[in-house]
Amino acid sequence: MNIKGRWFDWCNTVFLTLVGCIMVFPLLHVLAKSFSSSKAINAGLVKVIPVDWTLVNYKVILADTSIWRAFLVSVIITVGGTAINLIMTASLAYPLSRPEYSMRKVVLIFILITMIFQAPLIPNYLVIKNLHMLNTLWALVIPSAISAYNLFIMRSFFVALPPELIDSARIDGAGEMRTMWSVILPLSKPVMATMGLFYAVSHWNSYSTALYFINNRALYPLQLRLREIVLSNDLGQAESLLDGVNEVSPAGVQMAVIIVSVLPIIIVYPFLQKYFIKGMLVGSIKT
Amino acid sequence: MSGQAPTVSQKSMKARKPLGKQRSNFRKYKALYFITIPGILYFIIFKYLPLMGSVMAFQDYNIFKGFTGSPWVGLDQFKRMFTYTEFLRILENTVLIGLYDILIAFPVPIILALLLNELRKVLYKRILQTIVYLPHFLSWVIIGGIMIGILSPTTGIVNQMLNAVGIKSIYFLGEDSYIRSILVGTGIWKDSGWGTIIYLAALASVNPELYEAARMDGANRWKQTLSITIPAILPTITIMFLLHIGNFLDFGFERVFVFVNSLNEHKGDILDTYIYRVGLIDQQYSYTTAIGLFKSIVGLMLIMIGNTLSKKTSGEGLY
Repeated sequence: MNIKGRWFDWCNTVFLTLVGCIMVFPLLHVLAKSFSSSKAINAGLVKVIPVDWTLVNYKVILADTSIWRAFLVSVIITVGGTAINLIMTASLAYPLSRPEYSMRKVVLIFILITMIFQAPLIPNYLVIKNLHMLNTLWALVIPSAISAYNLFIMRSFFVALPPELIDSARIDGAGEMRTMWSVILPLSKPVMATMGLFYAVSHWNSYSTALYFINNRALYPLQLRLREIVLSNDLGQAESLLDGVNEVSPAGVQMAVIIVSVLPIIIVYPFLQKYFIKGMLVGSIKT
Repeated sequence: MSGQAPTVSQKSMKARKPLGKQRSNFRKYKALYFITIPGILYFIIFKYLPLMGSVMAFQDYNIFKGFTGSPWVGLDQFKRMFTYTEFLRILENTVLIGLYDILIAFPVPIILALLLNELRKVLYKRILQTIVYLPHFLSWVIIGGIMIGILSPTTGIVNQMLNAVGIKSIYFLGEDSYIRSILVGTGIWKDSGWGTIIYLAALASVNPELYEAARMDGANRWKQTLSITIPAILPTITIMFLLHIGNFLDFGFERVFVFVNSLNEHKGDILDTYIYRVGLIDQQYSYTTAIGLFKSIVGLMLIMIGNTLSKKTSGEGLY
């Protein structure tokens, strides 16, 4: 039995290592290609190590202002959007956690209904259109200001705070606003970090809202610009740069753009991992 | 007569008392009520208003006439859906892709979690977890870009390997016979690592004494898995399955829209991409809203049926 068990352990380790390799290989492959010359890419020499090391692909991107513009738009949406998300979600989640808030049950059901039954695309589009938000960055931020799912996670965090904290603040003469600011808010850093990352990643990665609501190319976020570059081989400005230098290939540039847009995610990944898992488990236990 | 008067006043007193209480509660905690206003307004404007707007599915909505001026057509839009062969083909795609996803992609995180749970070296387990969670955070555009690169008929590594063993290059995204596998496969790559989190948490909460007792009785690891581990995580599996079923027709616009092109849309197009193309681009507002409503209602029905069945058989349910 012991030998059998050890044999299983060995196979299991090998298998899971293989799974791990499959998970990282595509990314390493893209990274390697982005640093390789077009000759090496077209000859199929690049696997996970760059061949003919070069920065030319990144130089092309650097020269393309439309990519940087899109990058900036994405940064604005992510930072501004997440700030709006956190303020809106917290200011609704906190009262919903307090027994003193007498409309608690009604509002909770009111929100729950929106999770179960979601309106189709066109009525949503018409609401945004009638608010004159089409072709503005507001359309990417305001209609997704609160995620009901995140709201419930945040609420369960507030519910778990000891009520003595609020009581003692009240005895000290603090009003509701003051209690929120100086007692609750400092304590809710972990849940704010979790929710902030949840929201920030979804802002950074989303492209469908911009596809639906933005026609002005100057307001395209990075993911939508990236979609044009990788899917339709439309390099735009970069294409004219390519003509001059024939050692550059669209394949290499595409890979470099992918790396540029993954970079922010990779940088925050260590934090993400820590907070996301916690948040996800809180959410799953409560639902 | 005189006996009745006090009861009336008592009744009104009873009715007034909570109201007065309510009013003082409002006054005392007005800050709490005040800060919920933006949030409640948000749900009214961006969730309930569109829900009410969905009545256009029963109209022949005209953008110039608005909701009040557009003619009512009853269930015509829904009838129209089922007479269009194009719609039926796309519904079939959506259902089939959803089915493949449940049959193939749903069990992967469970198996992966069971295997990860068997790893003896804690550090190695943690490293692997870090790696398998990563793809979850990549956007569909990025995954699309990576896959298009890997599957490219000229520079893609998959075709280069096929060429090396003497098979001609295949244009995977240019033929409709591969699109469904690509859609389901990339989903497995992106989310099955992430999906293990919930199962690993369930596995971690299994009482270790159970395993000890089983070992005493001479049960090997396979038997322990079958009779302790799997029953222990079955409730979690059931819940995840029910949630999955509720999203059966919501395969995800962003995922499909990066992979679908004119060459493979015959088998790759789903309801969401159809709604975008026909609704938003071709402006057939009422028709596509009817499709959207149909989708929501089917989702709701599936979740209710699933829940009832699961409650009857295993006692587990969402509500």
